[in-house]
Amino acid sequence: MSIPSENTIRIYVMGSAYEVPRGLTIMDAMEHAGWRFTRGAGCRSGFCGACSTVYRHEGDYRLRFVLACQTEAEDGMYLVQLPFTPAPRVSYTLAALNPDENVLLQHYPEIARCVSCNTCTKACPQDIEVMDYVQAALRGDIAQTASLSFDCIQCGLCSMRCPADIKHYHMAQMARRVYGRYMSPITEHLEERIVEIEKGVYAEEVDALVKMTRGELEEIYAARVVE
Amino acid sequence: MNNTAYFPGCSLKAEASDYERSAAAVMEALGQPLEELERWTCCGTVYSLTDDDLMHQLASVRNLIRAQECGAEEIVTLCSMCFNTLKRSKVFIEQDAARLETVNAFMDEEPDYEGGIEVFHLLEILRDQVGFESIEGRVTRPLSGLRVAPYYGCTLLRPREIGIDEPDTPMILQDFIRTLWATPVEFAFQAECCGTYQIVDTPEMVLEKSHRILSSAMRAGAEVMVTSCPLCMHNLRLCYEELRSSLPEKRELSIVYWTQLAAIAFEVETGELPASMDKLLEGLPTSMELVR
Ligand code: SF4
Ligand code: SF4
Ligand code: FES
Repeated sequence: MSIPSENTIRIYVMGSAYEVPRGLTIMDAMEHAGWRFTRGAGCRSGFCGACSTVYRHEGDYRLRFVLACQTEAEDGMYLVQLPFTPAPRVSYTLAALNPDENVLLQHYPEIARCVSCNTCTKACPQDIEVMDYVQAALRGDIAQTASLSFDCIQCGLCSMRCPADIKHYHMAQMARRVYGRYMSPITEHLEERIVEIEKGVYAEEVDALVKMTRGELEEIYAARVVE
Repeated sequence: MNNTAYFPGCSLKAEASDYERSAAAVMEALGQPLEELERWTCCGTVYSLTDDDLMHQLASVRNLIRAQECGAEEIVTLCSMCFNTLKRSKVFIEQDAARLETVNAFMDEEPDYEGGIEVFHLLEILRDQVGFESIEGRVTRPLSGLRVAPYYGCTLLRPREIGIDEPDTPMILQDFIRTLWATPVEFAFQAECCGTYQIVDTPEMVLEKSHRILSSAMRAGAEVMVTSCPLCMHNLRLCYEELRSSLPEKRELSIVYWTQLAAIAFEVETGELPASMDKLLEGLPTSMELVR
């Protein structure tokens, strides 16, 4: 193999060196090197959490954690993919829960093992304050757990690193569900709209959309109201 | 009060919310409102006794760093267990520069802990900084004649180096009770352990210990027992409910947080009180009645 040139970098995938063009994402770089993803790739847009990647820079002791589809490959990266996290998920019936401050602790009692090492936060490719949401859960603050964990894409990296074997993302998903079911404020016009949709009051709007040009569609998309 | 950050701890946000509500109201009434520490984490619950296990000191030290970050000089707690864990951890980590360095190196995402944040229990702050005299001056409904047993348990007093009073002959709660015009009822088991976390694995043992504490206080004539620990509260109330029939008969014992007693005497928000306490208070004139 030639020495990396101005336009190429050297990466290591599971120990083997590959020379790839500069400027690719880790995922593209690995594919360029001949790897085919049968697991560990989904949306390719940073939303699904399938492409969890652990790497280390040559000469650095520290492991780093990113999404392969979102991160540019750099020279001297030692890479490994973690397409799956064997984390147990508790089953429950949302409508039958008692949504009091102990509900998370009862279903995921291991959160009480947290030693506040913050390793989970350091592992999160979404820059979420993971320890803070575990701590919020521990003191029964469901709303805070739901809000701090909102951007979680369930990649599982936090849970692979936690010395207390906490299953952060399943617990946080439960918090968001409990919050949504029991605590979030009800928006009246949404309720009204659901009734309308059930009655089929959308056919005309859809017909109008279908007939629009791309330019018109872009215009109304840009002008939409986001709550 | 100095520049003090209030550390609630997890129990006060859940099971022991009455403790927090009454304490907040009392401190507000004294013109020294509690200011909650930002982004606090669990104290670590139960101080780790292994002296090479620095991992279990992280939780406490991280809270000391949070206090340092917001410019506080001291942390005040209400829960005796949090007090014990935070203070012992602070002493342990500050004793040895190498320990502090290791912990700081591990928490490289945080500013270094420089040492020197003091850890106090609210009772100490009231005694040493606010002064029991100013509390007495704020009492609007004197608890005259109310017989109150001070229950200390372990974590406020032991080990001696961190305790808020003499471990064998503590006085702080008795003095506090007198400040509210009530009568302290001394009893043999006031600094005896309630059984703590063993309630999970060996509830019989905990009930036995708590039973000894309750019956000793009741035999000494107490109508009320005050505690400063949510876990003691849990065990004592559980024992009171489960073993009621075997406790000294005819007398009811109301178990409340010490801050609730002060809240009654200040006539501010007390949080929920046991029904037996409401009954006891019926005989005590309020400030309105006293004026008349
Ligand atoms: S990695 Fe685990 S133990 Fe450490 S802070 Fe996160 S949840 Fe707590
Ligand atoms: S919180 Fe955990 S599972 Fe969620 S995105 Fe961050 S590291 Fe991944
Ligand atoms: S492939 Fe979906 S987040 Fe990377």
